[in-house]
Amino acid sequence: MLSEGRWLLPEGIEEVLPVEARRLEHLRRQVLDLFESWGYRQVMTPMIEYIESLLVGTGHDLDLQTFKLIDQISGRMMGVRADMTPQVARIDARNSHPDHPARLCYLGTVLHTQADHLEKTRSPFQVGAELYGHAGCASDLEVIRLMLEMFSVAGLANIHLDLGHVGIYRGLVAQARLSADQEAELFDILQQKAAPDLSDFFVANRVDPSSERMFSALIELHGDSSVITEAYTQLAGANGQVRDALADLEMIAQSLSARFPSLPIHFDLAELRGYHYHRGVVFAALTEGYGREIARGGRYDGIGKPFGQDRPATGFSADLKVLARLAEADAGLFSERTVFAPSVDDETLHGKVASLRDQGWCVISELAGQTATASDMGCRFELLKLPEGWEPCPI
Amino acid sequence: MLTIAISKGRIYDEAMPLLASVGVRPTVDPEKSRKLILPTSRHDVQLLVIRAADVPTYVEYGAADFGIAGKDVLVEYGADGLYEPLDLGIAKCRLMTADRLGSSLEGRRVRVATKYVKTAQRYFADKGVQVEIIKLYGSMELAPLVGLADCIVDLVDTGNTLRANGMEPRELIMNVSSRLVVNKAAMKMKHQAVTEFIRQLRDTILTTASAA
Repeated sequence: MLSEGRWLLPEGIEEVLPVEARRLEHLRRQVLDLFESWGYRQVMTPMIEYIESLLVGTGHDLDLQTFKLIDQISGRMMGVRADMTPQVARIDARNSHPDHPARLCYLGTVLHTQADHLEKTRSPFQVGAELYGHAGCASDLEVIRLMLEMFSVAGLANIHLDLGHVGIYRGLVAQARLSADQEAELFDILQQKAAPDLSDFFVANRVDPSSERMFSALIELHGDSSVITEAYTQLAGANGQVRDALADLEMIAQSLSARFPSLPIHFDLAELRGYHYHRGVVFAALTEGYGREIARGGRYDGIGKPFGQDRPATGFSADLKVLARLAEADAGLFSERTVFAPSVDDETLHGKVASLRDQGWCVISELAGQTATASDMGCRFELLKLPEGWEPCPI
Repeated sequence: MLTIAISKGRIYDEAMPLLASVGVRPTVDPEKSRKLILPTSRHDVQLLVIRAADVPTYVEYGAADFGIAGKDVLVEYGADGLYEPLDLGIAKCRLMTADRLGSSLEGRRVRVATKYVKTAQRYFADKGVQVEIIKLYGSMELAPLVGLADCIVDLVDTGNTLRANGMEPRELIMNVSSRLVVNKAAMKMKHQAVTEFIRQLRDTILTTASAA
């Protein structure tokens, strides 16, 4: 006897059915073509590898997110990729010319031990592009523009861009000489913009008054481009690292506004997404109807260091399944040019079928004895023998 | 349109004067109506009346732009994906441990009855005490009386319920008041409307505080 429960999938693991799979594949091809036209060459990273190389230089969070198993051949522990970014960084460090910029892109399923809070999935379909070997705003700008271009080929409108720079927080932390524990606590407070907790933090931790003032200003520094001007005033007492970060941010924002005049840009100087590996500009894209960012990225110089090449790096990634769902526009694509060919042994019919397929039609052949009709098979047309020959006729 | 998620009961009652001061008055009384989405006197603001523990979820998914929730709920259900810019200073109480008068928890594995499973676990773990947590949904005070648990972790306001049941509050885990939480995407995409609303509420709270 079949048990219903036997066919259930593990939590957070899903199968993609034809309609959705078609949309996803369509999007995948569009995105890869776009990346290629910008000179980003695709790499395919291993699904599974030794844990040491998979996790080197990454944080504790990724370790927790990684499924592990023992290699029966070597007896060593292996991990299933939970994020392709470090793998691609290794590919760059091991294979690229040290003095030349390298552009790589990747796409594939990753596996997480913990389901995502909002999406509930444990197997996102990660897509991303990375630019290595250039330290400067030009490369940050290029990847941001490529990300925006990706949304436009995907048919996603109403994109908002969120910009920040982790150098500002790093600079302030260094200046205030915070301990690692204090830094971590302050990090959480800033991530939640929890102004009441910030006051409590300064009661519990002695910090010099000028740093305290600047952290209190930082938590409020979010909004339109006036934030940058405001930041120059509020953070006037900060070190050079902070001022450099502000200058970079200003330059990137000006260039983006010139190129995308209708793009809403939001600045958030306390946004520290990916703080543990990011080194410079951080950015994310948001769209209406989705409670958080749909793609994120930033500069993460030095990620290739454990692999022998300390190169600057910047890039972004997204979950293609989320993008496909938000961009659902062409759901009916399949049936529109689908035609049913009757089971008749006729050379002219075979010729017609072949030529229709060449023209991009989807031709479904009737199998002798089948009872399902043309419309049961999802066809809008069927091939009928007219005086001028076999022709697709609407059903 | 700005949507605010809020729970019925004490938080709702104490939040209403605050919201009224920024011009938000529900035009339907949730006690009399079965409506779950309440229109207000400001047509750009609506209220969702839901269970307290659901407030962070609604806000995180972006089903509501704002939420009003107790710090206890935010700590227990995780508010990592939310902004928490304002302490509204309402619905104040304390999250405490409590046990039977004169009882001692020394020298044995303590069983703790609570609905704050994660918070209780973290609290005892930080103290280096090994406990067993028993998840209950209400009437925590009963558990030690019938031998289900040795102590409880619960919100304490006046402490009258505890005393009526022969128990006493022991250690303070945290002070609780209601916070305004904000969806991250809403803060970024509806920045002007959202920050303006926060600013108005903050001004009201500051005026009330200085008046008191």
